[in-house]
Amino acid sequence: MDSALMSRGVKRCPTWQFILWLCLFGGVLLWGVYAILLIWLKGLNQTNMNDNYGFALWIWADLGVIALGGGAFFTGFLKYVVGKDDLKNIINYAVIIGFICYSSALLILAIDVGQPLRSWFIFWHANVHSMLTEVAFCLSCYFAVLTIEFIPLILENRQIDKVPFFHNLSHNMHKVMAVFAATGAFLSFFHQGSLGGTPSVLFGRPFSYREGLLIWPWTFFLFTWSAAAYGPCFTLFVTRITEKVTKKKLVKQNTIDLLAKISGWMIATYIIAKIIDTWYWATVTAPSKGFAFMDFYSNNPLYGIWILVLEIVVCGIVPAIILLTPKGRNNSVALFIAVTLGCIGVLLNRWVMVLQVVAMPVMTFDKWVMYIPSWQEVATTILPVAYGIIVLMITYRYLPIFPQEQELNPNP
Amino acid sequence: MFPFSFEWVWDMAHLIFMGGLWYALSILGAGMTYCIIKTIIDTNKGKGCHH
Repeated sequence: MDSALMSRGVKRCPTWQFILWLCLFGGVLLWGVYAILLIWLKGLNQTNMNDNYGFALWIWADLGVIALGGGAFFTGFLKYVVGKDDLKNIINYAVIIGFICYSSALLILAIDVGQPLRSWFIFWHANVHSMLTEVAFCLSCYFAVLTIEFIPLILENRQIDKVPFFHNLSHNMHKVMAVFAATGAFLSFFHQGSLGGTPSVLFGRPFSYREGLLIWPWTFFLFTWSAAAYGPCFTLFVTRITEKVTKKKLVKQNTIDLLAKISGWMIATYIIAKIIDTWYWATVTAPSKGFAFMDFYSNNPLYGIWILVLEIVVCGIVPAIILLTPKGRNNSVALFIAVTLGCIGVLLNRWVMVLQVVAMPVMTFDKWVMYIPSWQEVATTILPVAYGIIVLMITYRYLPIFPQEQELNPNP
Repeated sequence: MFPFSFEWVWDMAHLIFMGGLWYALSILGAGMTYCIIKTIIDTNKGKGCHH
């Protein structure tokens, strides 16, 4: 029925099957939209946020998707600025994944601010002493970059490409894409960094407080580094899932291998920096504020030392070792385990830096404060997942995302 | 925020923050303007008509 919209020489599932899955994820999406409406119409009392948890599940989800979406800026940087041309076979998917992640992040912020109609205040009445202002500026601008990077891909749809203006526009945008990619890398460096810097300038919160270089705490650099390291893991993770679902090989192993190897080096160097940062914080910074290291990991039902071991060893050192060894990269199961652990690792890091920070007591009379999100918060956090799957389904069906698909699957 | 806004102060923080924002937006705007003008010229010349 819709075959005229699909690229030539590729096979897609029957329309009824596509619509059925679309309806399924559309239902989840509508559940999230209902929760959004409740929050916008009735207010933030629909959430379980309180004086302790002003930054709660949403901000974790926000930081999480921004880190996972880092694959777009880093892959773009590698392809257009460094010149790793092999990555052209996966860059389209990285851009779409980045677009989904960043549009989700902006949607979450639109819910979180409570008054989305006043979102423009941050640009017009900017507080130029706030790291979050820088985050808002760079996030919005980088979303514009991702949209610009996404447009040529949409214009390459079989029917749209027949219109000379759109064909030429797509061609011309491709020619200057390096400028947009470089701008995107610049913007990403700063907003990823400022997101890391925000908890670390809170000198009243010794769990997250860090020293640093000039005005930037060490976590400023660690957040950017981790997004560049783990973002490609998410790109590889989604690519692998797509291959499993479609039962097709979509990207050649040499491209996967290259991105995995770069990601492995980035994770390895990041984890060394993270260990040094943690060691210095545990032995110098925290004691100077009157805290012993184990104060942060005891006397509460959830946050034990296991969380630090899981983040650094299981989800840091292990994936780095797998991705750095050719055997690990060439074994599809090991590779999938590594990128999955990588994604969990960066999400865990953001969880710790958002939620454990506000959970732990800072005064002698304080107690650990646990937090359980309301269903509205959960629904609006799951919404981006359903939204992302729907966008991936539509783009995979109608756009030429994978340049090697025909070659790898010659008999559609 | 622009320098003619009542909140504007001529200090380093405003110049860096707002300057950075305008700089990024200018690059994106100039890039897109170039693409659109070049596309109009190309299309008028008949490029891409074989599609």
